[in-house]
Amino acid sequence: MPSTFFGRIAYLIELYGPSFLRGAWYSLVIAIVGTFIGCVIGLVVGIIKTIPVSKKDSTVKRVVLAVVKAVLGAYVEVFRGTPMMAQAMMIYYGAAALFHYNMSMWFAAFFIVSINTGAYMAETVRGGIISIDPGQTEGAMAIGMTHFQTMTSVIMPQALRNIMPQIGNNLIINIKDTCVLSTIGVVELFYATKSVAGALYTYFEAFTIAMVIYFVMTFACSRLLRLLENKMDGPDNYDLATTDTLTHTSGMYPFKKRRAEHE
Amino acid sequence: MSEAIIQVNHLSKVFGKNTVLKDIDFEVHPQDVTSIIGPSGSGKSTLLRCINLLEEPTGGSILYHGTDITDRGVDVPAYRSKVGMVFQNFNLFNNHTVLGNCMVGQMKVLKKSKEEARKKALFYLEKVGMAEYINAKPRQISGGQKQRVAIARALAMEPEVLLFDEPTSALDPQMVGEVLEVMRQLVKDGLTMIIVTHEMAFAKDVSRRVIFMRDGVIQEEGTPQQIFDHPVNDMTKEFLGRFRRE
Repeated sequence: MPSTFFGRIAYLIELYGPSFLRGAWYSLVIAIVGTFIGCVIGLVVGIIKTIPVSKKDSTVKRVVLAVVKAVLGAYVEVFRGTPMMAQAMMIYYGAAALFHYNMSMWFAAFFIVSINTGAYMAETVRGGIISIDPGQTEGAMAIGMTHFQTMTSVIMPQALRNIMPQIGNNLIINIKDTCVLSTIGVVELFYATKSVAGALYTYFEAFTIAMVIYFVMTFACSRLLRLLENKMDGPDNYDLATTDTLTHTSGMYPFKKRRAEHE
Repeated sequence: MSEAIIQVNHLSKVFGKNTVLKDIDFEVHPQDVTSIIGPSGSGKSTLLRCINLLEEPTGGSILYHGTDITDRGVDVPAYRSKVGMVFQNFNLFNNHTVLGNCMVGQMKVLKKSKEEARKKALFYLEKVGMAEYINAKPRQISGGQKQRVAIARALAMEPEVLLFDEPTSALDPQMVGEVLEVMRQLVKDGLTMIIVTHEMAFAKDVSRRVIFMRDGVIQEEGTPQQIFDHPVNDMTKEFLGRFRRE
């Protein structure tokens, strides 16, 4: 065992590098997939929670909507209001005890992170939707769009852009919070680090390495998301369509000339 | 006289304890240009929004070709696609380009192909003089241009009636002209229009019928000559007097 701090770090990396990398990879995959599915859950819940109820709607529709909204509300409150670590234990061991269903570790990991992120995202999406000028909805309604069409082609694209920073937040939180899954035996970065640290009793060194890896992952994700945001904003400039826009091979005829041919 | 497209019967609207519209009756026939004038807060915009069901009327009925659209079970989106609306604040879709704004409704609501929608959108954008700007986003163009695009967006749905809710009120004076010019052209084309406006000269010029509203009630209605030159109601006289003095 080398005598200096950095020497021991180099030694650990040489010896256990693959373990760290595999742990980091698991953490990253669970966080990305969990955040993605969580976002989808959040979008769906957000859309359903903002469906307007009119007095003219049939009683059946109103009752069904009220029940669905109440269930979704309960889901959001319960999963936001309890620790993910406790949820992981309860769901993982609960499924085995109650339904005799042994979840695979991967399924459990994705399931728990997704459903947790979904609860947070539902509120974020709701915030994103109500932040959009009501005029946008009216404009869409006025040309005959349904609630679903209005949501998918007008409101959501704008809301999604506005909540991108929050999605980034969630992804970063998830990368770090996958460590709670070590309690149900998922060998992500935290679990891997603990094993390495215990093997040679090098806690300080091993967790230094883990910290660096966590930071590199979160920082890279935050920068990538910033790039994505810029891309969503589109270019700041636009080109004038100076050729006749009614011909699809625009560029073949100058606008004025084609006009002249018609006259 | 041809059959009415829209028939408003005893329409009323109450917000809480505030009665905004009282017993409104009027009809719109094909190719009618109806202007609704009156002081702010008289219920003009609310009336227009009720016709498009953006506000739910509290009482009365609105018949569209004889069908009461305030009934339960009426396909409201289908009705709205036939009755277009142009707003004071344009309400262009910020996430679409100028061209996209005019295409998305055709594709989603009328289920037209992309090619067809594009063709129609370009046709109407050229009509309002905005064909050059198809690649621009709403935030990149001026107010007058936005309103012209909004008109093209409504026209692209090829509605039977087009409702204008103070289309020039949010515009700088020099931009008002370009929008009114487009609207004049639509009148010439024979489009059926209901226009809520404060542009008296324009209303007098293009309307076939003028409705004067105050306190949620239609106080007087008639031809532009009747209303502007020989008003009978004292409120109409007083309201129009303010404009004459200017």
